[in-house]
Amino acid sequence: MEMVKLTIDGIQVEVPKGTTVLEAARAANIQIPTLCYLKGVNEIGACRMCLVEVKGARNLQASCVYPAADGMEVKTNTVSVRKARRVNLELILSNHDRKCLTCVRSENCELQALSKQLGVDDIRYDGERIDYAVDDFSTSIVRDPNKCILCRRCVATCRDVQGIGAIGATERGFRSIVEPAFDKSISDVNCINCGQCIEACPVGALREKDDTDRVWEALSNPDLHVVVQTAPAVRVALGEEFGMPIGTRVTGKMVAALRRLGFDRVFDTDFAADLTIMEEGTELLNRLQSGGKLPLITSCSPGWIKYCEHNYPEFLDNLSTCKSPHEMMGAVVKSYYAEKNNMDPANIFVVSIMPCTAKKFEAARPELSSTGHPDVDVVLTTRELARMIKQAGIDFIKLNDEDFDPTLGDSTGAAVIFGTTGGVMEAALRTVYEIVTGKTLENLEIHAVRGMDGVKEVEVPLGDVTIKAAVAHGTANAKALLEKVKSGEKEYHFIEVMGCPGGCVTGGGQPIVPAQVQMEIDVHKARAAAIYDEDRALPVRKSHENESVKKVYAEYLGEPNSHKAHELLHTHYTPRKRY
Amino acid sequence: MSTSILQDNKEKFAELQRIIDEYKDKEGPLMLILHKAQELFGCLPVEVQEYIAESLDIPLTDIYGVATFYSQFTLQPKGKYTIGVCMGTACYVKGAQAVLDELSKEIGIKPGETSEDFVFTLEATRCLGACGLAPVIMINDDVYGRLVPSDIKGIVDKYRGR
Repeated sequence: MEMVKLTIDGIQVEVPKGTTVLEAARAANIQIPTLCYLKGVNEIGACRMCLVEVKGARNLQASCVYPAADGMEVKTNTVSVRKARRVNLELILSNHDRKCLTCVRSENCELQALSKQLGVDDIRYDGERIDYAVDDFSTSIVRDPNKCILCRRCVATCRDVQGIGAIGATERGFRSIVEPAFDKSISDVNCINCGQCIEACPVGALREKDDTDRVWEALSNPDLHVVVQTAPAVRVALGEEFGMPIGTRVTGKMVAALRRLGFDRVFDTDFAADLTIMEEGTELLNRLQSGGKLPLITSCSPGWIKYCEHNYPEFLDNLSTCKSPHEMMGAVVKSYYAEKNNMDPANIFVVSIMPCTAKKFEAARPELSSTGHPDVDVVLTTRELARMIKQAGIDFIKLNDEDFDPTLGDSTGAAVIFGTTGGVMEAALRTVYEIVTGKTLENLEIHAVRGMDGVKEVEVPLGDVTIKAAVAHGTANAKALLEKVKSGEKEYHFIEVMGCPGGCVTGGGQPIVPAQVQMEIDVHKARAAAIYDEDRALPVRKSHENESVKKVYAEYLGEPNSHKAHELLHTHYTPRKRY
Repeated sequence: MSTSILQDNKEKFAELQRIIDEYKDKEGPLMLILHKAQELFGCLPVEVQEYIAESLDIPLTDIYGVATFYSQFTLQPKGKYTIGVCMGTACYVKGAQAVLDELSKEIGIKPGETSEDFVFTLEATRCLGACGLAPVIMINDDVYGRLVPSDIKGIVDKYRGR
């Protein structure tokens, strides 16, 4: 690799050619402030926070887009640099809606942090402001243009990372705004509710639709039996909201906190993930044996499902008819659990804690109400749960570990890996292999489907046939994969798609990690490592060996893909307009 | 995409497809296509932008972003005659406001609007570069200078019923 040597603030740095001055400064432990910069996603030099002096250059340069070169002399902390950054920041603040006290992003706002870091103690410019309507029509995402600083991190994420472009920069100059085309609500366009824009937003201009009030209300209603379930990815990220390092496992504390909040039962979506493997694995085998539609494509990710409905209606018959795990759980709670405990499902309130904003939209789908009641009543993101725990005054860090409630809280290592890209595939193959071959799988870990490659492939010999499988995460990668399937360039039996890059651990409902931290820490890697640790720590690591799942089949559902299972655990899809 | 405008304008959309095919592999095709599309349809309504997005396989927001960035693009249909009233400094001090007000009164629309019969669109513009003739208006490519409000009715009548 060709290296270049430069001096930054008198410190000699050697970096690979092509490195930006911003990144090179990191190598010398110098943190240059940034705002519009999002590593690998948005590197456009727009906000002018990262200005530096480069010897010989006429003006101050934006270090996030300035390539380091041999012999370059850079100064990051001079009077003119500090002054320019601060004036630019004050100008951004001059027409920003500065309602920090009531902002959901207060204390996790990059703009607020910068104001503090750059020592802004007065806003000297009182900019003219346009009063925009807040777009809160979506079940999942709230857009507040009054807080938008036009950094375009969300635009780049939606357009380039996800390949969607539901929002874009429109109009010009003072009237510039980030919005969907034709002034529509985000609920009215091809937005898939993945919430990656929220993760990208440095301020509070994009946020989840907060449903915590609905949950508080249910918890205080004595007539309701309130059941909560938690997705696998939540347990490896919730701790971050309480200052714990990225990748800390807090499963036991999370369960304890949920009990303290007053939930009557704390169940695990992982149980339903095992159930999903039984249903989807059987569906795969049936399609293979009976010449059904292949490739079978997973259906756990509601962002992906809506993407498919908008963009690839021709693949809707390829989607597994399985509901996503938390919807299965909701249906089982309002049927099996209700009957067993002599309860009217009308009085059961199911709350799902999800790393996901698209699950909010999913829960509102009218078809997902097998018992005549919505399978799931409210979906909260990881962030909203943290908010409730804080409001309740629970000292999360000091909580002792507790276990999920029995039966619907019992799960396996195969279920917990659903939380990261490749996990559903790996879990399915663990089970399908053993069911088809009758042999015990020696090496449970299928590393070919792990990690951050956009599309991963694996072939697994199953007796006479070899299963060809592929895994894609992030809808732009899914698009690339589906185009190859469509053209006939690639053939598979089974495809896993997760709508978010990295899968659920980096879903749109997870704790928001500032761009500066993302320069240092690979968030997906850290959270996924915790997921795999959780898998290894569990005594049972295959879905078909989940005794509680077997029990529910024996007592209620019959067998996988039975009539009853179809009624409760399966669904259908709706083609949608592309625009 | 709503089908009615596609059916009502089958020939125009066929022409649009021909334009897209001609430009799509050139550098920076979008501006060229939008210009031609606006010539063809008179404006860039949602159906036209959706058609272009689909054909070029780019997000609708990319197209809408460009269409709203440049002032020469319009999303609303314009009248057969666009009247631009120069509001540059010279014209302004020579009474452009009174001319604009008279046009407004005569046609019955405000600046930025189009008459219901789609004959006139009235716009207040920046300097047209004919300060010697102040105050100046342009009706499509025709220039009228040294105007007083009482000239307006006669000029407008020339275009009515043309």
